[in-house]
Amino acid sequence: MHQALVTVVEDICGRYGFDRTRMTDIVIAVQQRLGCVSTEAMEIIASKVNSHRVEVESVVTFYAFLSVKPRGRVIIRLCKDIVDWMKGYDEVADAMAKELGVTMGETTADGGITLTSTPCIGMSDQAPAALVNDVVVPNLTPERGRQVIRDLRRHLDPAQLITMVGDGNNAHPLVHSMVRNNIRRRGPVHFDGFESGCALERTIDQTPENVIATIRASRLRGRGGAGFATGQKWEFARNASGERRYVLCNADEGEPGTFKDRVLLTECPDQVFEGMTVAGYALGSDSGIVYLRGEYAYLRAFLENVLETRRRQGLLGKAILGKPGFDFDIRIQMGAGAYVCGEETALISSCEGLRGDPKNRPPFPAQKGYMGCPTIVNNVETFSAAARIMERGANWFAEMGSERTTGTKVLSICGDCRKPGVYEVPFGITARELLDMADADNPGAMLIGGPCRQMIGPERFGGQICYDDLATGGAILIFNRARNKLEIAEHYLDFFIEESCGHCTPCRVGLVLLKEVVHKVVSGAGEPSDLDYMRRLANVISQTSRCGLGQAAPNPVLGALQNFHTLYADMVSDRKLGLLSTFDLSKAVADAELRVGRMSQYV
Amino acid sequence: MSNVTFTIDGREVSGRAGQTILKAAEASGIYIPRLCAYKNLVPHGSCRVCSVRVNGRIQAACVQTISDGMVVENDSAEIREFRTAILDMLFVEGNHYCMFCEKSGLCELQALAYRFGITAPQYPFLNPDRPVDLSHPDVYLDHNRCILCGRCVRVSQELDHKNVFQFVDRGYRKRLQVNGEALAATRLAVTDEVTASCPTGALMRKRVGYAVPIGQRPFDAQPIGAGNLQTEDSP
Repeated sequence: MHQALVTVVEDICGRYGFDRTRMTDIVIAVQQRLGCVSTEAMEIIASKVNSHRVEVESVVTFYAFLSVKPRGRVIIRLCKDIVDWMKGYDEVADAMAKELGVTMGETTADGGITLTSTPCIGMSDQAPAALVNDVVVPNLTPERGRQVIRDLRRHLDPAQLITMVGDGNNAHPLVHSMVRNNIRRRGPVHFDGFESGCALERTIDQTPENVIATIRASRLRGRGGAGFATGQKWEFARNASGERRYVLCNADEGEPGTFKDRVLLTECPDQVFEGMTVAGYALGSDSGIVYLRGEYAYLRAFLENVLETRRRQGLLGKAILGKPGFDFDIRIQMGAGAYVCGEETALISSCEGLRGDPKNRPPFPAQKGYMGCPTIVNNVETFSAAARIMERGANWFAEMGSERTTGTKVLSICGDCRKPGVYEVPFGITARELLDMADADNPGAMLIGGPCRQMIGPERFGGQICYDDLATGGAILIFNRARNKLEIAEHYLDFFIEESCGHCTPCRVGLVLLKEVVHKVVSGAGEPSDLDYMRRLANVISQTSRCGLGQAAPNPVLGALQNFHTLYADMVSDRKLGLLSTFDLSKAVADAELRVGRMSQYV
Repeated sequence: MSNVTFTIDGREVSGRAGQTILKAAEASGIYIPRLCAYKNLVPHGSCRVCSVRVNGRIQAACVQTISDGMVVENDSAEIREFRTAILDMLFVEGNHYCMFCEKSGLCELQALAYRFGITAPQYPFLNPDRPVDLSHPDVYLDHNRCILCGRCVRVSQELDHKNVFQFVDRGYRKRLQVNGEALAATRLAVTDEVTASCPTGALMRKRVGYAVPIGQRPFDAQPIGAGNLQTEDSP
């Protein structure tokens, strides 16, 4: 038994050259092959890649999709994002758990099926959805959930759950998925056809400096949400000193309610990879990495095939398009269930085979990024836009959009609306126009940019989608007037608590404390002083946390306090007699009652 | 070599290019409170006690490098409030009982609490259930007192070259783990530098706890930062 394990694990380590920096790939492969990364397996890995068991463990325990103990052969991960919850998560979870005879998080006695939940899997336009191993099962109902369980009990083969395929490349044999694209509005930048190589042909005629100048002239800004000027980022990395340079594509789309990169990767992977190759030329880099979130593993074979085709076409590899010295290739790095890896320095850590902890800044990735070398990390959509800019020109691009934010934005719209899906719109469009486009249902609030941004009420629906007003990485969530904004804020706090890397004190501890007080208020036990306490605590967390996760995590609470102030104010009241509102006398004496065998007369 | 000039709380300070705010301040005799920073280690930036306001933004002084004309606020009411909050968070996250802890008077967490006038934390105790590892003949590890500063992880890695410690899991479940079933199964020796690196009473040498009586310890006489301890050349 042990020798068999050694052989399997050693073989996997060998596939990655016994390279310590490929630890993430190694542990993912072991998990896939053996169903877990046991202590024994970790010891073998450590000895093979010259590491330590506890270091392997630190990586394995960081990622939600990896486990030290065996789980079921089939793992059902029911998405518990807010939209899934609005569309019936509780009923579906209940139906599936009952059918399976286990509670959430448990595995059936025969070791066949595990039922658990997971944060947003990028399917908010077809919620409730679940991942069954790598297979996406969208549009669940309690009945469909029960059927999934019955089918799995019979064959334990997630692939057999696929009874129909979605539109576009979802029907491609290498994708073969039930996912739908739901592209509701096709714009000129991303959804207007793309001929492989057309941007590169224009690129190689120019000097790398001119390519960067073109990107600068387009005034393209990062589409992941932060909005840093792309040309400037590329220039910093080009001018930084280092042996090699790296081009990283952030396809770790994890912001709850965002799914536009999933559609871009499904429908325009060529354009995305071409944008990365353009960046490779501009930076003088020969190496690119796409960091693909574990939830999108079903796209991997398809994307690998696109890369292979591009190699055959001379668009990747040595001497691209016959240009001597222009060498560039791309590998796909899988993630394994960690929202924080969408933060660029955490993404780099994960690519280096470490825990997905963000890194300290300075130094910035453009100076010292992947393996200590100058690195750019750009969003999927940014690369796609860069390819189009090289094809059609900076002016063509800059003429679109609002005065200060050029181009278009691909939005993922979901929530209380009749037409959830992907919309490519020019920057400057108002929130109200989006509501009309998506046929919103009595909208009372919008979350522009997901929970890491702020929730707005109707008085701000006239605001524009752009970096200077309502900035977004792509998520647009719509909530109708009946939704409880405080519950939504509390829900997102749970999400951030779960996804915090735990490195810095304010994020690790502060969020747990913030959740306690928010819950106290939401459950009706709040006092007026709690609101000030909440505000001060949220301020400490957002100001002193190390990375964007902790800095943004209090936003749902702060936003609700600011934009829907009366909601909280109405929930709190002064306590009579100065009693502690959270003290539950009957609960406090319950244990004693049990022991003496009679009920208290005074409670 | 002093070629960068900036200010801390209005006082002009110079340092070398590439130096962190924390080190430049220390060289000029200005104490910036810290917990995770430790001599000869790569900065960790995790405890955030050294948070300062730099040109308007909050930064960790142990990570941020100095530049000409930089304006640093270290001892403002706002910064004191942040530091107090962070110290309180560390207190409620673990189980810290100073009154019967043998580290009392040597503990940097306790000493910082005194420095900031903390008598009781402003947050509710989280009362976690944490283990104590007494397996090793000469050293013990009390997770109740661990503040996840990572000093032991880094000292063992960078100075002892042993990698005895590492963090596992994430978020509020993040915890210290040792490279073996328990401390006794690791390569840890009592002579390792790591056994003197813990700022609190989490990683302790056995049988020497009261060699210096309580009342005669560094922080009993003077608050931390009064020259009795610079973590840059810690005891």
